[in-house]
Amino acid sequence: MIKAFFLLASLLASVQAVADEVKPNPISHTHIKVLAASCAACHGTNGNSVGITPTLAGLDQGYFLSQMLAFKQGERKPTVMHHHAKGLSLEEIHLLAAYFASQPRVTQTVPKSERLKDNHGQ
Amino acid sequence: MANNTLLDTHIDIQRRRLLQAAACASTLLSANVGMAKASKPPIGRVVIIGGGYAGTTAAKYIRMWSLGNIETIVIEQSSQFVSCPLSNLVLGGSKTIHDLTFGYDLVSKHHGIQWVKDHVIGVDTKAKRIRMSRGELSYDRLIVAPGIDVNYEKTPNLASAEAQAIIPHAWKAGWQTVNLRKQLEAMPDGGVFVMTVPRAPYRCPPGPYERACQVASYFKVHKPRSKVIVLDANPEITSKKGLFNQSFTHTYAGIVDYRPNNEIVSVDISSKTVTTEFEQVKADVLNVIPAQSAGKIAQMMALNNIDQRWCEVDFLTYTSVLDSHVHVIGDSVSAGLPKSAHMATSHARVCAAAIVALMSGDQPDPLPVFANTCYSFVDDKQAIHVANVYRYDPSKKIMVSAEGGGVSIAASAQEGQYAFAWANNIWSDVLT
Repeated sequence: MIKAFFLLASLLASVQAVADEVKPNPISHTHIKVLAASCAACHGTNGNSVGITPTLAGLDQGYFLSQMLAFKQGERKPTVMHHHAKGLSLEEIHLLAAYFASQPRVTQTVPKSERLKDNHGQ
Repeated sequence: MANNTLLDTHIDIQRRRLLQAAACASTLLSANVGMAKASKPPIGRVVIIGGGYAGTTAAKYIRMWSLGNIETIVIEQSSQFVSCPLSNLVLGGSKTIHDLTFGYDLVSKHHGIQWVKDHVIGVDTKAKRIRMSRGELSYDRLIVAPGIDVNYEKTPNLASAEAQAIIPHAWKAGWQTVNLRKQLEAMPDGGVFVMTVPRAPYRCPPGPYERACQVASYFKVHKPRSKVIVLDANPEITSKKGLFNQSFTHTYAGIVDYRPNNEIVSVDISSKTVTTEFEQVKADVLNVIPAQSAGKIAQMMALNNIDQRWCEVDFLTYTSVLDSHVHVIGDSVSAGLPKSAHMATSHARVCAAAIVALMSGDQPDPLPVFANTCYSFVDDKQAIHVANVYRYDPSKKIMVSAEGGGVSIAASAQEGQYAFAWANNIWSDVLT
């Protein structure tokens, strides 16, 4: 438990260092930006969810990191996220934490459904 | 040429309207990004053929990630987007097709994407020009995102619209989905619904089994003496096997009859009878899901070099191996990856980022990674998932499944809630 605490503390301390590394490396930034964008299907554009799933935009880096590590290490009750967390490297999780923390919170629009037109092609 | 002028004029008017709309609506942040950059000439033009999950996502993210500096035009023949994900729930009766139908106005306006409702007749890849029924367009890079085409080679008598009015595939959400639901509603209790599943790969690996569950769920409540017979060309359930097997043998015991290794050979339309290698099965309502291949435009451009069905691409950029300025994304791509909506949007974003890099003189990410989550509903409320991270393998030059992926422990209403959240979020991401 204590070991886990120290691990988490050291990881948290390294978040800023890793975040600083993102800027001068455009390839790395694109890598994380595209990876983060693949979370949009469940967590909304740039991490702004329209509901039920958590909004990741502007989320505290330490909280994001602790939750993802808990999913990765099987310490949080499995839902869907443990399958994703286990497939990501520690560095990617760090960079995602910094990336989502830097995203502004905005209200996303849910598109309004409409009547299917008769002439819609198959 | 006259047509071309007309089209250019049409696009100019559309662009002016967009700029006016952006100027009026200060809340449209992303439109303002496009607006701020609109005074500068674009660094190039990307044309996207197909406005499904893949094509629409690519358009939006090219505009976002180029900060409005790449002119982006979508050619789509339909005026509406109909979601294939959740469309099996129309067959179960808990959704209508209208719940899954959307317009393109928001995504087009918010991101300054030019939308051309037209039909592509031909593409001259040497001249980089696209010919449509009402004009022509040139491109610097072309994205082909046509989804799937249905292939009735094995049952050619089902290829006509008249035949499909009787035996629909309903594998592209739309009026065929509505037709199949109406047939199920009209079927008397005690009737038999037969569906055939093609050999993998096809669009949405778990889709046929979700469909079987949806129809069984409807029968269980409303027509309990009725049966669902699944004639599967594959040796076993191709996705979420244990979970679907659980539904078939427990929740829908006595309703679902699953028969693997049972490929359709022919069909008699008037008697709704399917002949397989082993047996003849007569249906009251029949759903033949045909074999599939890359969409028609990909075939027309001869991009379908794998088995004459699917398109081989470079997974760093999604450029076709046959043309370095033509990209292919979505279900048309040949890959050992599931043909899912989420996957289509992931192709689109990797492609979008690569195009922005290439047009800006940068290198695309050499090691792309993305996530895929796919839910299936086993009744009107409970769902199951499969989730994986996919990572580029530079030695194999393909996307491979990372460690740790997997499926649900069991179907649950909580995952049903997640599945609806997935739908709302992906619709918001793709269509606004």
